[in-house]
Amino acid sequence: MTFKNIIIAASLVLTVAAAAFAKEPKQAPAATDAAPAATAPASVTAPAMTAPDATAPAPAAAAPLAKKKVLKANKVVTLSMFAVIIGITLCVVVWAARQTKTAADFYAAGGGITGTQNGWAIAGDYMSAASFLGISGLISLYGYDGFMYSVGWLVAYITVLLIVAEPCRNAGKYTLGDILSFRTDPKPVRALAAISTVAVSTFYLTAQMVGAGKLMALLVGVPYKTAIIGVGILMVGYVVFGGMTATTWVQIIKAGLLMSGAALLSVLVLAKAGFNPIHFFDTIVNSPDIQDHVTKLLIKDGKTGADILTGADAGQRFLEPGLFLKDPLDQISLGMALVLGTAGMPHILMRFFTVPTAQAARKSVIIAMFIIGTFYVLTTLLGFGAAINVTPQGIISVDPGGNMATLMLAQQLGADIAPIIGDLFLAFLCSVAFATILAVVSGLVLAASAAIAHDIYVNVIKDGHADQHEQVMAARITSMVVGAVGITIGLLAENANVAHLVALAFAVAASGNLPVVVLSLFWRKFNTAGVISGLLVGTIASIGLVMVSPNMTYPKKVAAGARNVISVMENKQSELAPGAALTEKDQKSLDKARADYEKNKDGTSIMGLDKPLFGLKNPGIISIPLGFIAAILGCLMFPNKRSEDMFDEVYVRQNTGLGMAKAIDH
Amino acid sequence: MAEKQYDWKAIAKNPKFLDLHHKKTTFLFGWWIFSTAYYFLLPIGAAYAPGLFKIKIIGVINFGYVFALSQFFVSWALALYYAHVANKDFDRLTKELINELHL
Repeated sequence: MTFKNIIIAASLVLTVAAAAFAKEPKQAPAATDAAPAATAPASVTAPAMTAPDATAPAPAAAAPLAKKKVLKANKVVTLSMFAVIIGITLCVVVWAARQTKTAADFYAAGGGITGTQNGWAIAGDYMSAASFLGISGLISLYGYDGFMYSVGWLVAYITVLLIVAEPCRNAGKYTLGDILSFRTDPKPVRALAAISTVAVSTFYLTAQMVGAGKLMALLVGVPYKTAIIGVGILMVGYVVFGGMTATTWVQIIKAGLLMSGAALLSVLVLAKAGFNPIHFFDTIVNSPDIQDHVTKLLIKDGKTGADILTGADAGQRFLEPGLFLKDPLDQISLGMALVLGTAGMPHILMRFFTVPTAQAARKSVIIAMFIIGTFYVLTTLLGFGAAINVTPQGIISVDPGGNMATLMLAQQLGADIAPIIGDLFLAFLCSVAFATILAVVSGLVLAASAAIAHDIYVNVIKDGHADQHEQVMAARITSMVVGAVGITIGLLAENANVAHLVALAFAVAASGNLPVVVLSLFWRKFNTAGVISGLLVGTIASIGLVMVSPNMTYPKKVAAGARNVISVMENKQSELAPGAALTEKDQKSLDKARADYEKNKDGTSIMGLDKPLFGLKNPGIISIPLGFIAAILGCLMFPNKRSEDMFDEVYVRQNTGLGMAKAIDH
Repeated sequence: MAEKQYDWKAIAKNPKFLDLHHKKTTFLFGWWIFSTAYYFLLPIGAAYAPGLFKIKIIGVINFGYVFALSQFFVSWALALYYAHVANKDFDRLTKELINELHL
């Protein structure tokens, strides 16, 4: 009994430490930012901000371009909302830490999450800031293609629902390694599954961390490094002390906030159109700004003559495919990675071990599908609404990728009611983005540390001989290390090209993890050799193809682009009257192009290539079949009688839940 | 944890289990193939049948938009249909099987 008391006392101490530890980032940015805002007229990141409530100078400071817009959140309001979110989530952590005593508690919330709760948590785990800000941005700039892009993210859940959710619930325990090692040689399989999990989680985590840092810097003027460290400390705090229970509730809270934000903003957009969808679409087609934007896009695409649409034709073109997604093969390849990769994502698979039964797992996927689907349908309204109300030109002037479209829309529609409401609404959506980042990164850290602590430490190094206390300690220490590594990578990758990492994570999950999960659940002949060859070939093929794909930077291409600019500018100069000089702007671009050319003319990509070897940005169309073929060939070459004999057990278990690993069983 | 021992091979040959297995496999893989095919019609159609996607259906709203939107409703409908069948048939068969084994 004394031992139990010691654990309780220790967890209380940890809890208090967690609170003290994790509160820091909230105060840190507030303190560092309040100072320049109050005393200095301008700080580097927030040139237009002289005082916390001074949004008025922004338009004056803007460039002479008519459509130039500035987006700056009210720092005091936004940071207070962040503080509220941090406060609420810390209460959850304190509560969750008290309940986290065993490995099952830590990794699977003791199997005590209901189907409905898990559905919200899956939605919260899945919808990243890229879905929230990125897709509505794509719609606001490219119309139909952005909407089409969002569809695959929902359809992916059909695979999860029909193929993996319930069998995984019945056959697994905490990790991918548990599912795969059932009738194979556990040590190599677990080790490899853990490496694959860590790889997928790291790619995804890096993209999320860098995005988080940039977003916070852009929105509230928190410096990039402060933002990364703040987000990182919170994420580590949630996972280390609260384990799966805290992570789940952070995700549920985030999903709730995200859906309320999206719903509220959609109502405002629809109100502008008099709640008449037909009128709403008419407004898109007839908006002169959108028409002008589409005409320019078509010119940029190299269209000539009658293909350059103007007026209402151009507006209508905004509702037709082809403005953004131009390579159908690449899209099909991405679609394959989404449809199969979501079901192979370790942090999504892990969510099914938190519910008590297969029925609850089923219910949770269906609830998640309704939340995620509704969100993407609302995203259409937000994207088109931003195109109508903020205009594509205004959105591009703040961020050429369109990521700020939703936030600008919120500020503008709120300000139409009253200026303070605009600020409040923007601050609210910034906090939604903040909560989104926290929820997604926590899920990833938990999945990666489960793989290392449960698969590698407990089952490979300790042969499964570790008591509950040791297992939980191992999990906590690993989460801390994984979090620290995540923060370090985030800090180092500030200027790295991370855009392809999310697609890469899905491609690895689809080509490496999914084939072996499906085959081990459904194919009698599947065995150790199959798992190893499938995981290795699928993972290496997808990473390798991305390394030689157009996603990488090819200096010679950059140099060629710079060469073009130089010749255009030099021609311009030679046509000028003698003695006349280029305009300042032209001279600047000429100088920049010359510098770029010099820097890049002899360079090669990371792989030492002059140009991509593989033409697609998404490797799925090649790497997924390779993963399946390798897994199948591996088994056929090295058949294993024991694995075949055990198939009956796996198959009965996954269908019936008999002998299910009871997560609640201590 | 002292786990109850089951004769997995015998269960795998139990007619109730075979019935469950057959029904589930047909349903799950059949509908999975349907939904995947329906989804890939979207990027394929957008790329190779742009004329079809441009046809206006209601006001300025075109076929492409309605088709993309239909993907959401088809997915939801399939999810609900699966839940209905699973709750009604698969769960009942599983329960019957388990009851029989415990006798």
